[in-house]
Amino acid sequence: MTTPSITTAGPSGGTGLPVAPNLRRRPRPGETVIRTILMLSALISVLITVGILVALVRPVLDFFAEIPFGEFFATEGTYAVVPLVTGTLMVTAIALLVSVPLGLGAAMYLSEYASRRARKVLKPTVELLAGIPSVVYGFFALSFVTPTLLQDILGMEIGFTNALAAGLVLGVMVIPTIATLSEDAMSAVPQALRQGSLAMGANRMQTTIRVVFPAALSGISAAVVLGMSRAIGETMIVALAAGGQKNLSADPREGMQAMTGFIAQTAGGENPVGSTEYNSLFAVGLLLFTMTLVLNVISISFVRRFRQEY
Amino acid sequence: MSAATTARDVTEAFTARRSKDRSTPSLVFLGLLWFSLFFGVIVLLVLIVSTILEGAGRFDMELLTNYGSTVDTEHTGFRAGILGTVWLMVFTALFAVPLGIAAALYLEEFADKERWWNRFIEVNLQNLAAVPSIVYGLLAVAVMALIGFEETGIVLGGALALALLILPVVIITTREAVRAVPQEIRHGSLALGATQWQTTWRQTLPSAIPGIATGTILGLSRAIGEAAPLVVIGLAGSVRFDPEGVLSPITALPMQIYSLTSRPQEELQTAASAAIIVLLVLILALNGMAIFIRNKFQRSW
Repeated sequence: MTTPSITTAGPSGGTGLPVAPNLRRRPRPGETVIRTILMLSALISVLITVGILVALVRPVLDFFAEIPFGEFFATEGTYAVVPLVTGTLMVTAIALLVSVPLGLGAAMYLSEYASRRARKVLKPTVELLAGIPSVVYGFFALSFVTPTLLQDILGMEIGFTNALAAGLVLGVMVIPTIATLSEDAMSAVPQALRQGSLAMGANRMQTTIRVVFPAALSGISAAVVLGMSRAIGETMIVALAAGGQKNLSADPREGMQAMTGFIAQTAGGENPVGSTEYNSLFAVGLLLFTMTLVLNVISISFVRRFRQEY
Repeated sequence: MSAATTARDVTEAFTARRSKDRSTPSLVFLGLLWFSLFFGVIVLLVLIVSTILEGAGRFDMELLTNYGSTVDTEHTGFRAGILGTVWLMVFTALFAVPLGIAAALYLEEFADKERWWNRFIEVNLQNLAAVPSIVYGLLAVAVMALIGFEETGIVLGGALALALLILPVVIITTREAVRAVPQEIRHGSLALGATQWQTTWRQTLPSAIPGIATGTILGLSRAIGEAAPLVVIGLAGSVRFDPEGVLSPITALPMQIYSLTSRPQEELQTAASAAIIVLLVLILALNGMAIFIRNKFQRSW
């Protein structure tokens, strides 16, 4: 039995309590069974990750048995993925242009200016934006942002579906992700740094921009990268509002299909299981999973760095 | 804790009513921060108001009691979607909650955090929480094929996809709730001769229940609005009968909204707007329940 003594089993509270005597336990088979069941439940989370990989890779192998690599990583053709990637990147870039400044601004206010009571009310309000279902945002982009905001008020010549409306709405949806994580990072900056800056005669704005912001940069980077990963992986907004045609154009006023939109639109169609069209779903899905995985890992390592700093 | 708040208070006292913060650039900066804070709220208000205005013509009982119809568009309803969503939520919770709690208890109470595999599980969980929801749909399709179901647009398939999606959220929030239970309670129980499992089951878990309930409900309120994994698992856009069992084909409220947006008829767009309001009310109710539980039952130690 390699089980550690009872006192080290739980999280160490650090409450300064005296360490309990190291009692040797007598073997209890029931406890071992329960412990094993709990451990298996925890292992299911690993199994899910493995499952995702297996579920994606198997149809992808079938897919590449029929379609050569070159045809998949091509700029045009039925199975070309490059226009989907550029579509995703276009929508994501617009979303970040909206959500990074606004999310950071909100985070700076919450962390540096708001009183404790105001923050208690304001933070959940910002987080409300994350609670709206994405299909609702997609409908909003289609029924309000494009026809009313972009066409009527701003007078733009723009199609029914376009990357701009999808990106703008997606940006609003990502604001809370960036705001809450950056706020955590900025709140973790020690007060001594702020007091030092204020004592040197800097005002609040200078302290926020020149001291707190750089000190929290790794946490803020984590927030932005995670926001990017969210934007890339978001489906319903782009499926509804960004359009259903592959388009390599760099003009955000045109409709362009994104990776997630392609998966949703193809899966909603009538392709028989095992057909090449059906398997192409999984190929795009695997690419999407890989992209978000890389971003998530980068984000997690950034977070760990700022945790270590302070 | 108290040291940190004191330091913050000092900074605040330091910066209160200083003339330097009244300079033009400072005020402009503060204005920009205010703008970014309230931009989202403004968008939210515009979204809700414009949707209510658009769906105003359809706030009637038929919206809730009729089945969807693309022929009789003025009387189309969301009965199948609402019932389907309720069924999905029940089965999603049945799958995800016991598993999530068990995993969280292992990680918090039993696992040795120094071991590399437990740290690996941690990082893996953080990553899973950020995997795009549509990928969970693809995973659920594969799992359904593995258990031998050809027809996947059923209660079981949808609930499986959503349960996989919210499992990381349930595990992460349950862990936080369990971690908030003070060590003294565990020590007291262990000192009285209880085993580790007896301590967990009779002391730690009951104390953590309000936190777990709040986290679970918030996870479900995320699942209730998800359409992407349901599209992939093959839920129909419209079904004209009530769900009868786990193997019954169903639709869900977000699925019905999604399929209506591609319809040209004006009446169906109105119906979709009204359905969005129904969906938002359901989400609001779930969130309200979570806040109620948190305020009513959660103890601060």
